[in-house]
Amino acid sequence: MNSGASSVRTQVLLWGAQRVSAALLALCVVVHLITIIYAVRNGLSAAEILGRTRGSFAWGAFYALFVAAVAVHAPIGMRNIFAEMGLRGRGVDMLLVVLAVLLALWGLRAVWAVVG
Amino acid sequence: MVFSAKPPRLRASAVKGLTFMTTLKVKIWRGTESGQFQTYDVPRLESQTVLDVVTYVQRRLDPSLAYRFACRVGVCGSCAMTVNGVSRWTCRTHVDKVAAGDTLEIAPLRNLPVIRDLATDMTEFFDKWAKARGRFTGAHTRKDDFATVKPESKERKRVDAGIECIGCGVCYSACEVVTWKPDYLGPAALNRAWTLANDVRDVAQQERLAAVAGDAGCHACHTHLNCTERCPKGISPTAGIAGLKRLVLKAAMKGEL
Repeated sequence: MNSGASSVRTQVLLWGAQRVSAALLALCVVVHLITIIYAVRNGLSAAEILGRTRGSFAWGAFYALFVAAVAVHAPIGMRNIFAEMGLRGRGVDMLLVVLAVLLALWGLRAVWAVVG
Repeated sequence: MVFSAKPPRLRASAVKGLTFMTTLKVKIWRGTESGQFQTYDVPRLESQTVLDVVTYVQRRLDPSLAYRFACRVGVCGSCAMTVNGVSRWTCRTHVDKVAAGDTLEIAPLRNLPVIRDLATDMTEFFDKWAKARGRFTGAHTRKDDFATVKPESKERKRVDAGIECIGCGVCYSACEVVTWKPDYLGPAALNRAWTLANDVRDVAQQERLAAVAGDAGCHACHTHLNCTERCPKGISPTAGIAGLKRLVLKAAMKGEL
């Protein structure tokens, strides 16, 4: 059923991408929350956070994955919400591609700030 | 079916030898898309169904009331209505199970245009079955032998789980996604497509998957389970829709869509 500018295959792959990104987010959020709870046991300071993350390839890769999952998941979810509000089509899709790029850039900038 | 050992509930008037017990206040939708509820007094009887109530109103109180029914025994799927806010088959819904005190509110099915009073236009509902390729497409001719489908096979069991649909429209009326996305194929059409997707004799599988895929097809389902909750035949269209999502994703990844 083609109900917009995108092809049926694209719509199905978007659905698949949202499911995969949701699974990644579930994992990332759990790891992130456990880290927060563990890290604040002795009080929270910027120095302690930076001490853990700066120069760490593992933390950099983890948060880059987290950001990628958000950048994929959020715009597809927004697309579904807009569609049910009656807003669909190429214009909305383009706007959401821009949102995806912005989310990725903002997120990766934040990752670079604590890792680089 | 479970039969209760408890005797049927009798009321004062029944004890005196009368057949009816109390009076039911029945609000029935009158009009088309615009209209209002009209209240009727209907004698309450033992083992009375909601369809009995509507029939009483039409035959005794107001012959202009429009509604639809045929078999009265849960086979034809034509008498579904919204009873006290819930989509139900009325011929097998006992008043005792659904009446709020002594009141009933009976409206047409949701998500379908109202022709008049309790009769909805089912055209769109059945057109969507056709759009979902709900028609069997075989390759055998009458010269070929019968196809052998083992009852215990995985596919046959899946078909069995969804095949008893009577096309009453209760699931379609109960589905919120249909309300939000009027072009969504809906639970009944997708359940039909799922039974055919598991029919090993069918040769139009790829076309069917393309027909049910995407934003207005199975991927629009939010898994709210309203259809599964309300289906009078105990079918789970939600399970079938989930199965279609898996099949379609596999086909899309293989580039077969």
